[in-house]
Formats: sequence, structure tokens, C-alpha cells
Amino acid sequence: MENFFDLVPLVVFIPLAGMLLNLFAGQNLGERGVAIIAVGASASAFLIALLLWIAQIDTGYGAAVIDAPLLGSWIEIPSAGVDIGWQFRVDTLSVTMMLVVTGVGTLIHLYAVGYMHGDERFPRFFVYMNLFLVFMLVLVTGNNFLMMFVGWEGVGLCSFLLIGFWFDKAHGEGWKNSDAARKAFIVNRIGDFGLILGVLLTFWTFGTLDYYVPGEEPLAHHAETEEADVPLFGTGVEEAEEEAHATGPMGVFNQAEIWLEEGDHEVEFGMVSLSFKTTITIITLLFLLGATGKSAQIPLFVWLPDAMAGPTPVSALIHAATMVTAGVYMMVRSNVLYHASDTASAVVALVGAGTAIVAGYIAVGQWDIKRVLAYSTVSQLGFMVTAVGVGAYTAAMFHLVTHAFFKALLFLASGSVIHGMEHGHHHLAHAHDGHGHDHDADAHDDDFDPQDMRFMGGLREKMPITYWTYLFGTLALAGIIPFAGFWSKDEILLDSLKAGLDDGHMEGYVGFGVLLVAAAFTAFYMWRQVSLVFYGKARHEAADHAVESGRVMTVPLMTLAAFSLGIGFINIPSGFPILSALFGEHRFANWLEESVTYAHGGTANLLLAALAVLVATIAIYFARSVYSDEAMVDLSQDPLEDDLHIRRVFGWANAKLYWDEFYFSFIVYPYQRAAKWLADVLDWQFWHDFVHERIIYRSYRGATDVLTEPVDKGVIDGSFNKLGDLTRQAASRVRLIQTGYVRTYALSVLFGSLLVIFLILFPVIRELLGI
Amino acid sequence: MESSEVAIELYVVLSAILFIMGALGVLLRRNAILIFMSVELMLNAANLALAAFARQWGNGDGQVLVFFVMTVAAAEVAVGLALIVAIFRTKHSIDIDELHKFSG
Repeated sequence: MENFFDLVPLVVFIPLAGMLLNLFAGQNLGERGVAIIAVGASASAFLIALLLWIAQIDTGYGAAVIDAPLLGSWIEIPSAGVDIGWQFRVDTLSVTMMLVVTGVGTLIHLYAVGYMHGDERFPRFFVYMNLFLVFMLVLVTGNNFLMMFVGWEGVGLCSFLLIGFWFDKAHGEGWKNSDAARKAFIVNRIGDFGLILGVLLTFWTFGTLDYYVPGEEPLAHHAETEEADVPLFGTGVEEAEEEAHATGPMGVFNQAEIWLEEGDHEVEFGMVSLSFKTTITIITLLFLLGATGKSAQIPLFVWLPDAMAGPTPVSALIHAATMVTAGVYMMVRSNVLYHASDTASAVVALVGAGTAIVAGYIAVGQWDIKRVLAYSTVSQLGFMVTAVGVGAYTAAMFHLVTHAFFKALLFLASGSVIHGMEHGHHHLAHAHDGHGHDHDADAHDDDFDPQDMRFMGGLREKMPITYWTYLFGTLALAGIIPFAGFWSKDEILLDSLKAGLDDGHMEGYVGFGVLLVAAAFTAFYMWRQVSLVFYGKARHEAADHAVESGRVMTVPLMTLAAFSLGIGFINIPSGFPILSALFGEHRFANWLEESVTYAHGGTANLLLAALAVLVATIAIYFARSVYSDEAMVDLSQDPLEDDLHIRRVFGWANAKLYWDEFYFSFIVYPYQRAAKWLADVLDWQFWHDFVHERIIYRSYRGATDVLTEPVDKGVIDGSFNKLGDLTRQAASRVRLIQTGYVRTYALSVLFGSLLVIFLILFPVIRELLGI
Repeated sequence: MESSEVAIELYVVLSAILFIMGALGVLLRRNAILIFMSVELMLNAANLALAAFARQWGNGDGQVLVFFVMTVAAAEVAVGLALIVAIFRTKHSIDIDELHKFSG
């Protein structure tokens, strides 16, 4: 079974092959061929992930590091000790992520086949989707931080491409879409800047970026779990550590454990020397900055709600289930480092809790069906980040998994609703003008927005499957027992409280309190949404004519609904009546412990569970009473706004707490002003006008003037002209000798001869004359 | 044979006279053919001197050289007369002073 581990590169290369195939041949394959390739690639990757999972169970949750074929060593500088390879890591954490990414990804691919039907760029969409899978899987399977960074940037690129997928939509919508894409990309750059600094600092500190080198086991994990095996192998903990010392090269995490054990390790940065603990705090905070970008936390969450401009399957896959959880995965992967730094952990917990409550509150005031879900995603990611902050790495991953299913379900169901609304709208357009074409329908009435919940209502009868699946997702998200969200959310709440009670961490209490309120908000805004969309009477003719989506869309919905109900059972806390006996005690935690050193299972606390369910139920009851069928007849204003006191509270939520406006006035606008100033004054006036025009151009011009007039024309030309003139004058004199008369020449020849004879005879004559 | 000996001076004097006549002819006459004949006269003056000196010194070199000179002179006459005919055809005159196109 261990041989199955060698298959791990296929998880990346099969979607890559699918992407390349569709990229080069997609235009000629037709929708059917493209869909088969794309969904097939995703499904094959899922099958490989399943095989890896089975192999892991078979080998006792063994981990393995597999070299990528053909790629080999990636960055190798022997003199500097740099050797970063393309290595895939198979362990329980990465397999969990692989299963989620490919499993949910496959269902969403399938759904997208129906959703994108008829789109003129159908093949391109699936090329991007498969490319996303490639990068996401590189991110989660890499064995070093640099591979993770490559995946991290790659999914960011795919996110950008897919948010702006409909960049050419009519009526200015295209601009909004591409603006949203750019916003996502730029905001993510800020986070990525933090991440790459963190990665560089990690390399500087540890001299490697590998999580664990091949064959290496997490150290502390040995200490905690394998003491029972000591007699068998004959090595104690100390010996195991010495062994690790002796083997030389070590991954980041084990090295960190050893240095933490030693306690007095100092890290040299040129002239500065920092204690190891401080270094870790800096690294983890930089990682946190990366996570706030990718996982949409305060202060960088603003891009995610706008990212809903992309097609709904994209929102489900990238901006709910997988990519946005990359930050949480990264922090869980680095749990050794976060565990070592109380300061960083506290900051993480507070950031997460703050995000959870702020986004949960904003979600209450939104009218756009997808925006509610977007803020909900931000809020739920806040839950996960809080869990990381309080050291509940199992709970964070658990919530990541359950959330991936039910939030993907909710997004896909909302896409089904939007589809139904658009269908109803087209139907209307046909009814109103007999020969109206689909594309003219948009012009029918400009106010209509298929995503605005104010136009919906009463869709329960029109779209029963969508309704029921949506309800499952809602109950899971609200945390109603026995749906998946209940188990994971409850564990986060419990662990936060425990962090406060047992370890005395203040952020534990804060996190618990804030998350409980955020959970109430969650239940409230979700039930508000369900009421607005599905209950009451249709408030627009389009909603009256909405129809259920096709099977290719409803089947993934139903599958995800089943998971939203059942996936929570993988991690029943120990001691929970009946269920823990039925499904085993915190099996997911046991599974995760093998690769996440500081993961731990939860014990059931029925009081807290009851409290959480009670809070959610009350919130749901409250929501239903506010958004009753009678109150929803006229939605010119939200029922919450009827009360003068609550009106402002709703207004703030509706205005998203003016967060974007705040960024615009304090960051974007000053930045634009500064850029304009730099462009006008520094670049144009100073650099162009002054330096270039005045100094460089004029001095050059002056120098050339001097060189042309006196030097070139005066001295050089003059001297040559003079020489020519002299030659000509001399020649005009000399040529007078040439008379042209032959006899003149003859005479001169004679004289010349006589002269020569005279010269020859001169000595003789002189002798004769005795001179 | 001693009695028939003629003094070398006489040959040289005759040769000089012939040469001067030739030279003057070249310089003073304008008729191309006459100039040509004068040139021949000068050549033959030289030949005479060569032959006389050769005989004087009992050396055959001078005699041989005379033959060369006569050969070259014959060739020169051929070319020269052809030139004169060509000139006459273009100019209808063989007055040498009318040919001064190369005047500077």
C-alpha cells in the first residue's frame, strides 16, 4: 500500500494535463468534450486522493515525501547550502486538504457544467478551474514553504482570472467585475508580501524551507504518542532526539522544537541578534499577515465580498471552500511555530474573533444573496483563525472541512436560485414582447437584479430541491445539531473557553464571548436569507416564474447536502452520548495528530453544546419573527428598519461599516494624491522639465553648439578647406608648364639631358680645370 | 689595315654633328614627318658613336646594341607613322603645333 504514496504527483499532474488539453484543444471539443476532460481530471485527482487516504489508513497514518518526477531539484546553490526540491508531502494534513479540494472541487466542476452552459468562453472557464486545482494542490501537497508560496500565488492568479471572468459584461457590469478582480489581486499582494517575508525569514533562521526532510518524524509527536513503543524500539525520547541531532539535516519544525528545548538559542541577522522565541513571533506574525490576505481577515478582508462578481461556481470553489482556507491550512501546518509564540497566537485569536463578529454583523444588512454568503465566509474564516489562535488546530481544520462542504453547498444553491431567477426573467421578457431574444431581456427593466433578495420570495414551491439543500446548508452553518457545522463550531467555542480557563489566556475568553455572539449573528442572517429567498410571496414576476435547475446542478447540491449533514460525524467529541459510541471518538483529531504536532481531540461538554444550540435557535426564531411573511410583503425597507433604534444599526451593516470608504479616504485617496503629486511634480516638473529639459538637454545642446560651430566648422573644416585651396592654387600655377606643345617638351628633355650630362661630367671638368 | 684607321675623334665629331642636327630638327621643325626624320637622325648619330666606340675597344657589345636600336627604331617608325596618319586623318594637318590639347 505504501506504493500508493508514489501516486501523489498525479494529484497535481492530472488536473494539469486536463488544463493543457482544454487549453489547446478546448475550442474544437465542444462543451461536452471540455466538460468531460475537466470534470474527469478533477475526479481522477479525487480518486488518487482517496487512494492516498486508504494507503494512509493502511500504513498507520504514515507520512512520506515523494520527489516530483522530472522536476527534481528546484533551487540549488551548494555554496550557500540552498537546496529546495519539488517534493510532495503525503501526511494526514495534506491528504485531508487534498480530499476536500478535489472532492468539493469535483462536485463544483460538475455543477459548473450546468451553470456555465452556453457561455461563449466555456472552455476557458474550465481551463482556469483546472489550473486552480493544480495550484491549490501544489499549495497543500508541497513539502516546503516555497512550494506553498508558488501554489499560494497561483491560486491568487486563478482567483483574479475567475473573478474578472465576465469582464466584458454589458451595461458597465464588466468594469465592476474587472475592478473586483483587481481589488482582490492587489489586496492579496499586501498579504503575500507578509508571507514571502515570513518565508525568507524562516530560511534565514533555519537554513531550510522543508517542513520535514524525507524520513523525518515530528519530534514532539514521538514524545507524546509513542512512549508505549519505547521498549519495542529500545529508544527513549532523548535518544530519539539525539538521533535527530545526529542525522544532520532537519526540517524547519523539528529544528524549532530542538531550539525551543534548548531555550537559549540566538538567531544572528547580520549585526542584530534575536532570541529564537522573538524570531518565531516575527515569523508567525508575518505569516498571519499572509493569512489575513488570502483568508480574508481584518484588515484585508475587503476583497472577498467584491470577489462575488465571479461566476457562482468560482465563489463556491475558490472563495468559500478551498482557496480562502489556504491561510488556515498554512497556520495549522506551522502549528509548531504558532504554539511556541503566545504573543502571535493571541494576535491571531483576536484578529479571527474580530473578523468573525464584524463580518457576521455586516452580513445582516446585505441584500445581495451572494454578498450575505461572502460575509458569512469571512466570518466563518474568522472562526477558524480564532481556533488557530487558541491552539485548537484540530478544531480549525475540522471547521475548515465542514465549512468547505456546507458553504460550497450554500453558494451552489444560491447559484441555482440566481439561475432560476434569470430564467424567470427571460420568460417574462418573452411574454412581454413576443419576438424578444434572450439578450434583449436585460434591457427589459434595468432595476432588476437576479441576485437581489428583495426581488425573490416564495421560491420554496418553485425550487424544492434548491430549497431543501439550502436549508441543510443553513442549519449546518447556523450550528444546529446534528449538522456538520454544529460539531466544528462547538469545538472551536469549547477550545477557546478552555484556553481561557485552563491556560489563562485572555484571548480565550474574548474569543469565546465574541464567537458566541458571532454564532448568533450567523444563525440570524442565514435565517433572514432563507426567509427572504424562499418564504412569503414572490415579490417580482421573475421569482414567480422561476424554475428548478437541471440535474447536473441539483445532483451536486444533494451530494453536498448529504455531506453537510454527515461530515461532522468524523470528529464527535469523546464522551458524547450515543453518537461517540456510534461513530468513534474524535477520529479526525486522531488522524490529524499524526502530522499536526499540537492537534488534540475534544471532550464533549453538553452544557456548552446546549448553550450554542440554544443561542442559534433563539437567533433563528428571532429572525423568522422579524422576517415574517407579513413583514416581507413590502420590502421598500428592511423590517429591522421599522424600529427607529435598530434602523441605524441596520444602516451600518448595510453600509458595511463604511470599511471600504474608510480605506478609500485614508489609504486609496491619499495614495492617489501622492501618486498624482509624484507624477506631476516629481516626475513631470522636476524630473522631466527640470532635469531632462533644462539640465541634460540644454547642457548637451550647449556643448554640441560649441563643438559644431567653432570646433567642427571652424577648426576642422577650415583646416581642410585651406589645404584644398592651397593645393588648387599651387596646381594652377604649376600646370602652366604644361604647354601642350611637343617641341617644348622636347626642349626640356634636351635641357634636362644636358643638365644630367653636365652633372656627370662636372667632376671631370673640375679636374681638368684644376679647380 | 693600320693606314685605313680613322681616328676615333672624327667619328665622335660626326656623331655629335648629326645628333645636333637631329636635335635642332626636332626643336625647330613643325612638320611631324620631319621631326620624325630628325629623331631618326639622332638615333643614327648614337648608333654611329656606339659602333665607333665598339670598334675602338674591340668589344662587340656596342655593335650588337646598334642592332637593337635599329630594330626598336624600325618598330618606332611603324607606330609613329601610323600615329601621324591617324593625326592627319583627324586634323588634316601634320603641323605639330596644332596638337596642344594637353595644354595646362
